[in-house]
Amino acid sequence: MEMIITIASGFFILVGSFLCFSGGIGLIRFPDFYTRMHAVGVTDTLGAGMVLVGLMILSPDLLVFAKLVMVLLLTLLIGPTTSHVLAKAAFHNGLMPQQLKRSEQIDIIKNKDDKEKTSSHS
Amino acid sequence: MKHTLSLFITLSVFWLLNSGHYSLLILSLGFASIVLILFIAYKMDVIDQESQPLHLSPDIFGYLAWLVKEIVKANITVVKHIWLGKQSISPTLKKINISQQTDMGKVIYANSITLTPGTVAIDLTENEIIVHALLVKDIESLEAGEMDHRVTLLER
Repeated sequence: MEMIITIASGFFILVGSFLCFSGGIGLIRFPDFYTRMHAVGVTDTLGAGMVLVGLMILSPDLLVFAKLVMVLLLTLLIGPTTSHVLAKAAFHNGLMPQQLKRSEQIDIIKNKDDKEKTSSHS
Repeated sequence: MKHTLSLFITLSVFWLLNSGHYSLLILSLGFASIVLILFIAYKMDVIDQESQPLHLSPDIFGYLAWLVKEIVKANITVVKHIWLGKQSISPTLKKINISQQTDMGKVIYANSITLTPGTVAIDLTENEIIVHALLVKDIESLEAGEMDHRVTLLER
């Protein structure tokens, strides 16, 4: 039994570490701001999740287990919120994804301006 | 009233699980702090169905299970493309129509999109959402609307 717990938790923590590492590599390898954000998504969700699940298997009692569950839930709530705020701030300050064609960019910017105008009038 | 009760139970469970000490003095101090928090929350007028979403049906657990499955699949895809390098990705920015009516439904949908690696919700308006995706395939699967449909079902 002891053996199974050690192996299972070791497996989860190892895979989680690999995913976090991959997220870091992606952060460096991807070309622009928006694509880099997707790489961070891996670290946020499954990377942190699997490390925490591995620790949950090792946890000696209910209290430690419950605290790890709380940390996991908080990570899953905070991760997307911060990603969204970052993306929204970048987008509204005019940073466009690199790969977009010139005409598409103008199209999206124009739509955005129209919407801001109508919302300020109403 | 039921929202106040729900907040009380949530705070009590949170306090008990974080404390781990069960002597009378500590318990009564905990109770006093919970009552204080309830009073402040009442004064701030934040005890409502938005902070205590009791009306979300038990279906939310089924949805969460499905979402975890999708997140695992998306993670595997993104990690694969991280190691394949930037020639293999096809970033896209696109507007997607949403069918949710309530604020809660829209927030759940936008957060689910952002939580799934490979897609980030950038902006949310009345009935459309701007999404940036790592792969064109991800946008197409969002447009097919399975996630949208499942979130809309939660609203009733």
